[in-house]
Amino acid sequence: MASAGLSLKAPRPRTERVVYWVLLVCGLMSIVTTVGIVAVLLGETVGFFQEVSFAQFFGDTQWTPLFADKHFGIWPLLTATLLTTVVAVVTALGLGLLAAVYLSEFAPERLRRVLKPLLEILAGVPTVVYGYFALTFVTPLLQKFIPGLAGFNALSPGLVMGVMILPIIASLSEDALYAVPASLREGAYALGASRLSAIFRVILPSAFSGIGAAVILGVSRAVGETMIVAIAAGQQPRLTLDPRVPIETLTAYIVQVSLGDTPTGTLEYSTIFAVGMTLFLMTLALNLVASRLRGRILKGELR
Amino acid sequence: MSATATAPPRVRPALTEGMGFSGERIFQAICLIATAVPLLLLLVLVVDVLNDAWPRLTWQFLTSFPSRHPELAGVLAALAGSAYLILLTAAMAIPVGVGAAIYLEEYAPPSRLTRLIELNINNLAGVPSIIYGLLGLGLFVRVLGLGRSLLAGAATMALLLLPMVILASREALRTVPHSLREAGYALGADRWQMLRRVVLPTCIPGILTGIILSLARAIGETAPLITVGALTYVAFLPDSLLSPFTVLPIQIFNWVSRPQTAFHTNAAAGIVILLVLMLILNGVAIWLRVRLQRRYL
Repeated sequence: MASAGLSLKAPRPRTERVVYWVLLVCGLMSIVTTVGIVAVLLGETVGFFQEVSFAQFFGDTQWTPLFADKHFGIWPLLTATLLTTVVAVVTALGLGLLAAVYLSEFAPERLRRVLKPLLEILAGVPTVVYGYFALTFVTPLLQKFIPGLAGFNALSPGLVMGVMILPIIASLSEDALYAVPASLREGAYALGASRLSAIFRVILPSAFSGIGAAVILGVSRAVGETMIVAIAAGQQPRLTLDPRVPIETLTAYIVQVSLGDTPTGTLEYSTIFAVGMTLFLMTLALNLVASRLRGRILKGELR
Repeated sequence: MSATATAPPRVRPALTEGMGFSGERIFQAICLIATAVPLLLLLVLVVDVLNDAWPRLTWQFLTSFPSRHPELAGVLAALAGSAYLILLTAAMAIPVGVGAAIYLEEYAPPSRLTRLIELNINNLAGVPSIIYGLLGLGLFVRVLGLGRSLLAGAATMALLLLPMVILASREALRTVPHSLREAGYALGADRWQMLRRVVLPTCIPGILTGIILSLARAIGETAPLITVGALTYVAFLPDSLLSPFTVLPIQIFNWVSRPQTAFHTNAAAGIVILLVLMLILNGVAIWLRVRLQRRYL
């Protein structure tokens, strides 16, 4: 340490070691985050299930923890989430897959390079902005065509959410189409297939698993999306598959309770963690399936 | 599947000529329309918001606190809250995120721990943001006793941004040519000296681009902050790390949730400001990326 004049000394093992440990701690932060999420959710959920039985949670058909007559059946929130998700994914898949085919099979390279980042913008618009758009523009517009559509409903936020997840589905599907080996395409054309039949009979079927992974990731995003449904779908937990009436999704319920002044430590308060746990497990399962699928595609086991 | 990286140009036979409207042409048109419809919707959204916001886009709107009277209300507290929150978030997420990226790219041995960390980061990127809000509520607000404060909000956002910052920084680190590293070692630098003097200065624009893009996303993030307990009505500027706060998207959400249409006008004006902020941040990121390309390509 004292021989500061010597510049040709050996590498500084102590600095190296300190740096290594500091960086390792940074790297471990992600694991700390995951452990934190699981610990917080699990801790409150266990407390919740000490007072509410699994039978109530999965057997009851009403969700009214904030009322005097309390019911803790998760199904109304689940069906609501399912409903908005289905509307969103059908929208995003319908448009997104066609867009992917256009980008991958038809668009000139120049146009493709412009269109892709433009589509990406859709995923970057803040969700509160989409919520505003769904509530004040799309719903009134749809009400002109669909009689009985309430001011809050599942259809309008579902459609808008579909536009939001469209870039995910389009861009992952396009990757899948792009990854179809040239030999398959050439084989199809060599057999005299038209472009249409090459696309429908060879390219799309070959990219099926990749498109599947894209859809699963889209579903996962739609399930966890919060602000659009909190703004435009309503706050009425209701067991229905009718997209025209107000409902409440898992995420919207968490927002509703967080905005109110439910005191911490009460049963009402722990409901949001039980709902959060449900949401976490659903998205985790979806993400794992999608990444497993994508991993196998990348390795070439599946196409 | 190395074919994906170096795919030869795809075979695309010319469209069937003549015959007027062939099935192929019709299908191509349908695909083009499907690509254009979402972009047109985006345009409609922007025009609709601008149209709604127009009467309220005044200087007074920027410099006023929220109010019960929609025409007197403004976004001052929300703007200040967003600015403080983003700065605090950046101060926490950047060192840790870049550190983790350097660890994974430069130091990590190919071990099970490393694989676990990488898998974890990928999974965290897919966790819905509202779950981070619950984490912040349980951990920062309650266990660490930070209360529903600016600091708790920023810490939550920092955890949310971490996977994005790490992924972007790793990508930037990977662009540094191997020859530069070797030159650094050849001059007698040890690993940390080489990283600090050679690798980091070379890829800092790339890292910054990624960080700015994730901050632009963070500025529009609403759900986790609602859960952490950002307030919807704040008529003062935050004066300490532990003071209550609100942010722009939450102010917008509050105005949208009110039945009176006059407040919807305020929400639209707030949205315009939010979008302009995001545009500026994205513009800076693009400018940095262009500069970066000019330097190294």
